[in-house]
Amino acid sequence: MGFTAFNPTWLLSILPELLLLALAIVVLGVDLALPAERKRTLGLWTAAGLIVVLLVTLLVPLPQGPAFGGVVQIDGIAGVFRVIFLLGGILVALMSMDFQPLRQDGPYYGLLLFSLLGMSLMAIAENLVMLYVAMELTGISAYVLVGYMRETPQSAEAGLKYFLFGAFSSAVMLYGFSWLYAFAGGTGYAQVASAIGFVRFPLAVLAFLMVLVGFGFKVAMVPMHFWAPDVYQGAPTPITAFLSVGSKAAGFAVLLRALQFLFPALEMTWVVLLVAISMVTMTLGNTFAVWQKNIKRLLAYSSIAQAGYVLIGGAAASQMGVASAAFYLIVYTVMNIAAFAVVVQVSNLTGSEEIEGFSGLARRSSFLGWSLMLALFSLGGVPPFGGFVGKLLIFASAIQSGLIALTVVGVINVIIGLYYYLNVVKVVFERRSEQEQEPLEVPAPSKWVLGITMAAIVLLGILAYPVYQWVWQASAGWF
Amino acid sequence: MNFPFLSVIIFAPVIAAVLILLLPKDRQTEPKVLAAAGAFISLFMAVWVFLAYDRALGGYQFVEQVPWLPVIGSSYYVGVNGMGVMLVLLNALLLFCAVLISWHIEERPREFFALLLLMGVGVFGAFTLLDLLLLVLFYELVLFPIYLLIVNWGWKPLREYGAMKLTLYLLLGSLVAVVGILAIYFTSGLRTFDMVALGGVKFSPEFQRTWFLPIFVGFGVLASLWPFYSWSPDGYAAAPTAVSMLHAGVLKNVGAFTAFRVAVLLLPEGAKFWMPYIVFLMVMNVVYATFIALVHTDFKYIIGFASVAHLGVVLMGFAAMNELGWSGAVTMMFAHGIIAAMSFAIVGMVYDRTHIREIKELGGIIRRLAPAALGFAIAGFASMGMPGFLAFVAEVQVFLGLWKAASLAPWYPAIAIISVLGIIGTAAYMLRAFQYVFMGELKPQFADIPPVGPLDKVAIALMSLPLIAGGIYPLLVLPVIQSGVQSVLAVLGGA
Repeated sequence: MGFTAFNPTWLLSILPELLLLALAIVVLGVDLALPAERKRTLGLWTAAGLIVVLLVTLLVPLPQGPAFGGVVQIDGIAGVFRVIFLLGGILVALMSMDFQPLRQDGPYYGLLLFSLLGMSLMAIAENLVMLYVAMELTGISAYVLVGYMRETPQSAEAGLKYFLFGAFSSAVMLYGFSWLYAFAGGTGYAQVASAIGFVRFPLAVLAFLMVLVGFGFKVAMVPMHFWAPDVYQGAPTPITAFLSVGSKAAGFAVLLRALQFLFPALEMTWVVLLVAISMVTMTLGNTFAVWQKNIKRLLAYSSIAQAGYVLIGGAAASQMGVASAAFYLIVYTVMNIAAFAVVVQVSNLTGSEEIEGFSGLARRSSFLGWSLMLALFSLGGVPPFGGFVGKLLIFASAIQSGLIALTVVGVINVIIGLYYYLNVVKVVFERRSEQEQEPLEVPAPSKWVLGITMAAIVLLGILAYPVYQWVWQASAGWF
Repeated sequence: MNFPFLSVIIFAPVIAAVLILLLPKDRQTEPKVLAAAGAFISLFMAVWVFLAYDRALGGYQFVEQVPWLPVIGSSYYVGVNGMGVMLVLLNALLLFCAVLISWHIEERPREFFALLLLMGVGVFGAFTLLDLLLLVLFYELVLFPIYLLIVNWGWKPLREYGAMKLTLYLLLGSLVAVVGILAIYFTSGLRTFDMVALGGVKFSPEFQRTWFLPIFVGFGVLASLWPFYSWSPDGYAAAPTAVSMLHAGVLKNVGAFTAFRVAVLLLPEGAKFWMPYIVFLMVMNVVYATFIALVHTDFKYIIGFASVAHLGVVLMGFAAMNELGWSGAVTMMFAHGIIAAMSFAIVGMVYDRTHIREIKELGGIIRRLAPAALGFAIAGFASMGMPGFLAFVAEVQVFLGLWKAASLAPWYPAIAIISVLGIIGTAAYMLRAFQYVFMGELKPQFADIPPVGPLDKVAIALMSLPLIAGGIYPLLVLPVIQSGVQSVLAVLGGA
């Protein structure tokens, strides 16, 4: 391969990432200048900055193709994932402003931005070393964020658990990378991909499995899902939301790209493997969610199950599969964040995250009640919301690829899922509570978060076309 | 025809529902007025469509088409043939009556009426859409308002169980059908969900035989096809009156009509292969439900099982696979819809005033609620197939259709005979219920229950009208229905 000379347009092609880095530094700087009582406004600074980055990403025609001698690859799908991360980041930053137990300070928002930067780099990395650095940047920032409420033992415990699991899976993955390097004598995806075809089958598959451990940790798929419920429960709720959407989407960005460009030679193997993992992930996530009494644990198992649905799109191994998976992740980002935004409000008020604590919520604030209901209905796949269209597209892609059994398992899982989502809705709307007459005021940032997510949930359902079209065209370059 | 009649019918209730939700929290009257207005606009337009539908021309009319997901070939494509015209009219009528019947709701009226309207919207969509994907979307759209309506406003002892059972049953059925629909979509090779275009595709007989069953039975769950009916009596017993009315009156028809449109019309070879066997399940609908209704003593359960039996007749009409049977099935959907809604409305009126549903504990109610008794008598007579009511016209067609279907399977005439016997059972349980509830001595504790209100009277009158008018002069409705059936048969090439 050799190194090509530095080309200044390379910098332009990673402009969103550079802007994220600049924003993180600005936020840390502003933190020093702000008096303690006004530090909450850092959330606004972060969100506003991210909106600017989002607009740049969407509106400025940035150069496409490989950059930095093939270390990163800017293509349509990478663009889609950048938008997912930025959208998630904006919503989480706003949501964090209303989470009372959290210390509002610069390092918190700074870490959030570094983690976002890592995710963005994960989506464009096409080189094993680059990928590893990006994943570690994401991961290490996230370990700290999970344990950010040092005073609360649950948060500290969650941080440690997340770190141990993360370090372990990352080590296994790195060992897998070293095998890949040994096969190919290089770390570029194209180089490794062409070498894998000549490697003896069990060795190649073993390397693939080790790499999959690292990716599976990020997306929380079975059997790398054990950390999710405890970490989701202990982490500050906005960070739970951030992990459940951002980290998961980043994991899928890496996984989908690796399947197509790192392991194309093993397609026969990984399709079978992903079908099996997807079935188990959906079923296990949904079944365990049924018994949960804590809303964050319920959403943790639900998000494991949701990862299973997205994996269907990966297993379909087609343009429709990738496009549907990406579309589903967009929808999933807004609906899951909406659910957590309501959880933040309720736990501020009652100090508890038990589902029982949601009794009478609809009577106290019909805005929160309807928001949570719409979010859960969308997660459950009820029309006309985005989650329904997303699931439909995913199942359609599976049938197109002839994965009928997987579709049937998926359909059964939708039913199980709806059972526990409806149970929460029932508590919110039907159960009475003693405080139901006290009105519940929703602070402005959360109102924006819920307003944006609600609009998105409905629009992605009834007017899915422009977004799906965009994702479809973005994925065209891969096939 | 440029004015978007069908879109106005479908979306007027949506707009009303959104306006209702935007009202301040404590309003009591405004939500009801808005709901009535929204439902009335739909009803007015539905009557207009009924009158303006060109019977001689036939086929799909009032067609509108706008792209929705062009990448996968889905568009917002609505249109009605003669069958759809009747069902849209039925839904509009019952939605309006359900709003009137619910006027006394004081518990969170805003949410109640908004959800009720959204339920109606889903039904309108399911009757009019010619795009399979959006058809499914609207079909399932009705499930979530129903769940919330039952769980929040339903009958306390049963509502959580009834609501969950109903929702999961129906969802499972529809998702099984969706898998079949996706199979049709990919096998056709047309990359379109356009039902009219897909109707022109000749699928291989093996494909049709494989996929007919999941699609027909999947949608058939909503039509309470035996043995997948058990959500229905429990759900209805748990549901508030207006929901029972709409669910029994139109939602089951959505199930039957969608099963017919998708499974029978797109996979006719599969239908010819399976119908002679599925027809036994439909007979079980009639026989089994009739027997249960004969011994049940809960007023609402009796009506619930009656509706299960009637749906058996509807489905049998479709199973006859000929013009008479299909025309009878559509007439029966219309008639049964009104009968079921009216019966549930009257059960609700009696229960709201006495808080008793056990028929043996009621008695002499006619002295206090004469209009309700009259309404129940009309519904009851219609239900037992008395000549002079629309259901008679329907049943005669269905049974003649079955008789003539002997070429399909030799046992069809026998099935017709068994079902006619079922009607005698209907007469027995309807009369029994009427006798226990309305006749006899007025019990002292019912001496001062409030009389039937003016809005309830209007609703009873509105629902009786088509039942009697259509029964006395069937040509009022039959030409429309038959033009629909004939245009469908023409596409199938005289199946």
